[in-house]
Amino acid sequence: MTSLTLEQTEQHDLQAFIDGTAHYFDHITGQEAVVGAPYLRTTENPSLEYTGMIGVSGSRKGFVYFTSSREMLENILDAMGETDFCDENIADITGEIANTISGNVRRSYGKNFMISVPVVLAGGNHQVTFPGGNATYIIPVSWKQFEPRLMICLE
Amino acid sequence: MNRKLMIVDDSNVVRRSIERAVNVENLDIVGVAGNGIKAIELFKETAPDLVTMDITMPEMDGVQCVEELIELNPDVHILVVSALADKATAIEALSKGAQGYLSKPFNPKELNEAFLELLEDD
Repeated sequence: MTSLTLEQTEQHDLQAFIDGTAHYFDHITGQEAVVGAPYLRTTENPSLEYTGMIGVSGSRKGFVYFTSSREMLENILDAMGETDFCDENIADITGEIANTISGNVRRSYGKNFMISVPVVLAGGNHQVTFPGGNATYIIPVSWKQFEPRLMICLE
Repeated sequence: MNRKLMIVDDSNVVRRSIERAVNVENLDIVGVAGNGIKAIELFKETAPDLVTMDITMPEMDGVQCVEELIELNPDVHILVVSALADKATAIEALSKGAQGYLSKPFNPKELNEAFLELLEDD
């Protein structure tokens, strides 16, 4: 029987998010994103202008966040053929990206990885609250000239 | 005779992307809804032949909505379009009466192929 170390288990868990993020950008925009190696959050507030937050319950508990600049979100909308870059659509696509990446993870985690509808936080100074006691991993993404992030905080 | 399509998704951006993507002859969009409850009301008003259905939505989720729509019209074609990519959720939706399952993110080609596949069954 093969057993995994804690680090290997974490890497395995995070890989589903890495793959899901790459798949999202590739599929929606036709332009590949470079998804970097996850690292532990060290700064107090790593959020950018818009953050989509998904609550996770069931087999895992915590939150998944996708954070981005507004300009990148406008580029995503443009790639989808959307011409209306109003605040509502920008917030909507922020939540939808977080929702899609989190939902796709169920391919690996299964049905008991239950996700909420997205909550979107906006504004240059918005503060994301991370539940205490759990490590938060940041997965850096590079797409075009933009550098959004996925943030994973799960038990 | 033209077929009628209703789009159900809590994301306005996704609803609009489906509207833009639809490219099937004689298929007209008759309504869009942002949750399951509105979808049922609109379904009664417009009697669509085909429905795209999200799963994770506020107020009433897509699986429950599929069940309700099938009760209203067992012949309606329902294509679930959801980010939930696990097999168990797809099987559950199909067991309630949906006939197709397309994972987000999707592209227009995949969506139209799924529509044609469902409408071919008629």
